[in-house]
Amino acid sequence: MELGQQFLQQMVNGISLGSIYALIALGYTMIYGIIKLINFAHGDIYMVGAYIGFFAITQAGLGIVPALLVSLVTTGLLGMLVEKLAYKPLRHAPRLSVLITAIGVSFFLEYTSMYFVSPTPRTFPQVMDNVAVNIGGLVINGQQMLILGITFVLMVILTYIVKFTNTGKAMRAASFDVETAQLMGINSDRIISITFCIGSALAAVAGVLVGIYYNSIDPLMGIMPGLKAFVAAVLGGIGILPGAVVGGIILGVVEALVSGFISSTFRDAAAFAILILVLLVRPTGIFGKNTKEKV
Amino acid sequence: MFKGMKYLRKNDAIMLGFAIVLFAVLQGLVTGRVLSSFWQLNVLIIGINIIMAVSLNLINGYTGQFSLGHAGFMAVGAYVGVVLTTNFHAPFVVALLAGGAAAAFLGVLIGIPTLRLSGDYLAIATLGLGEIIRIVIMNIEYVGGAAGFKGIPHLTNLAWVFWVTVIALFFIKNFVNAQPGRACLAIRENEIAAESMGVNTTKYKVMAFAIGAGFAGIAGGLFAHCFYLISPASFTFMASFNYLIMVVMGGMGSITGSIAGAFVVTFLSAALASWPEFRMIIYALALIFLMFYRPQGLFGYMEITNMGPFRKIFGRPQAQKLKGGKADE
Repeated sequence: MELGQQFLQQMVNGISLGSIYALIALGYTMIYGIIKLINFAHGDIYMVGAYIGFFAITQAGLGIVPALLVSLVTTGLLGMLVEKLAYKPLRHAPRLSVLITAIGVSFFLEYTSMYFVSPTPRTFPQVMDNVAVNIGGLVINGQQMLILGITFVLMVILTYIVKFTNTGKAMRAASFDVETAQLMGINSDRIISITFCIGSALAAVAGVLVGIYYNSIDPLMGIMPGLKAFVAAVLGGIGILPGAVVGGIILGVVEALVSGFISSTFRDAAAFAILILVLLVRPTGIFGKNTKEKV
Repeated sequence: MFKGMKYLRKNDAIMLGFAIVLFAVLQGLVTGRVLSSFWQLNVLIIGINIIMAVSLNLINGYTGQFSLGHAGFMAVGAYVGVVLTTNFHAPFVVALLAGGAAAAFLGVLIGIPTLRLSGDYLAIATLGLGEIIRIVIMNIEYVGGAAGFKGIPHLTNLAWVFWVTVIALFFIKNFVNAQPGRACLAIRENEIAAESMGVNTTKYKVMAFAIGAGFAGIAGGLFAHCFYLISPASFTFMASFNYLIMVVMGGMGSITGSIAGAFVVTFLSAALASWPEFRMIIYALALIFLMFYRPQGLFGYMEITNMGPFRKIFGRPQAQKLKGGKADE
């Protein structure tokens, strides 16, 4: 394979991987936008989503779309439950306490799942035939098309919710300023709850898609993608939805290029190097607006 | 000023006496074979974790700079140390100091650019840097790559760990109570106010970061020489979380707290070693409930020297007011 073609092939792989990061990053960025919390448990919500999808397919014998829906709804509810039980009591606590709680929730989800589903990785069932489209030597396989298609549909739905519904308007208001939004009659607890629900549902879909893409899931699979999705969110400008998508895709592409042309062991380092570069050069991210520091 | 010095020396003498007694008891337990070899190792690990927790507390608790990459500095100290002892047959003390110096140097190098960031961004940047350090080590063939470094001489024993811990505690306690430490506290309370009062915030932040990193490097050297093999997998950000949890559990801004946190966390994880999943679930729940009911940690800002009955022994009316004021809130 010549170099140019290899480059394009890695771009395709990178965009598929990147759209998964984008789905997780959207949840991160929405949650951070409203309650200013790096929800370390978000990666584990994604893992739970993958397992629910796995059991929906293997135990209940559902097809891919119903399995996605089951996983989306259940994990969305789980996200709300986590917020109610763990973060809501700390609404007025220092941010560090909430961050530590998030680490605690993350450990809790990881090891409770490990207890119930055993630490050994599971092979995700083959849910679709091995189809692949070959465009002039450039191979796009069925899983990649599925990932891109589902991500696209979800983005359209999310844009609709955030831009054109009352709930979405309330979410945007709350992410500007929770207290002022409350004064305007917005029930901020409800909005935060809904944000967690939507964010977790998106992560769940990402989990199932990763299961389909890599054929393997395990209880600790959420740690790295969780962190990288945060990197993606920061890269795009935290709190900004299109930023999360662009950030996720850039991250996926860079990772694919690094593992394709340098070495796959430096994949994770590349993600963090991007993060540090962004933080040093443009801490507000690609789409971020500059805010002045106030005393 | 002079009077203060006298109190300080009196307290140090009491503490030193206490340390000698404690050392004698521990050494007795080890040589008398009262402790099984599993618990002997864990006594060493507790000491090492105390150094890690106290040095992280200097950065997170006293200076208020949220670092999540402490395990990375530990890794640097560990690898520099094992290369020196194993490949160059350097004396242990040289290896420890070199490891500490390398980690401190890296701390300065990393600290100058990243400490411009604050809060969550600093946390994630340091986490990323810690991971980058680990990944770079993983890709250096000379130190064994991902498989780890084998054939490390077993040099760490109770005496080394114990007295290095005592030195670290003494150093950090004095740093915090001296002028640079006060500057760090001012930065924690309000960076802008500190800066306008003439505190060179960058200088003190980098200083605290470098000292913290340096002690983490020394702790890494001690840690590595407990085992035959070390691998980069011991220094993931999960390890950094672990040290953070010790600090938070004990109380950010309390040396006594860090000691207690390191002890409790290490002891619990050793005691529950046979049930690894349960261990982590209990651990997670403990963390969440601690944040619900006692977010300032077990000790808050308090030190054992100004609590209850110990206040009489360590009586230091002036200093008590300085430190105790905050905890009474």
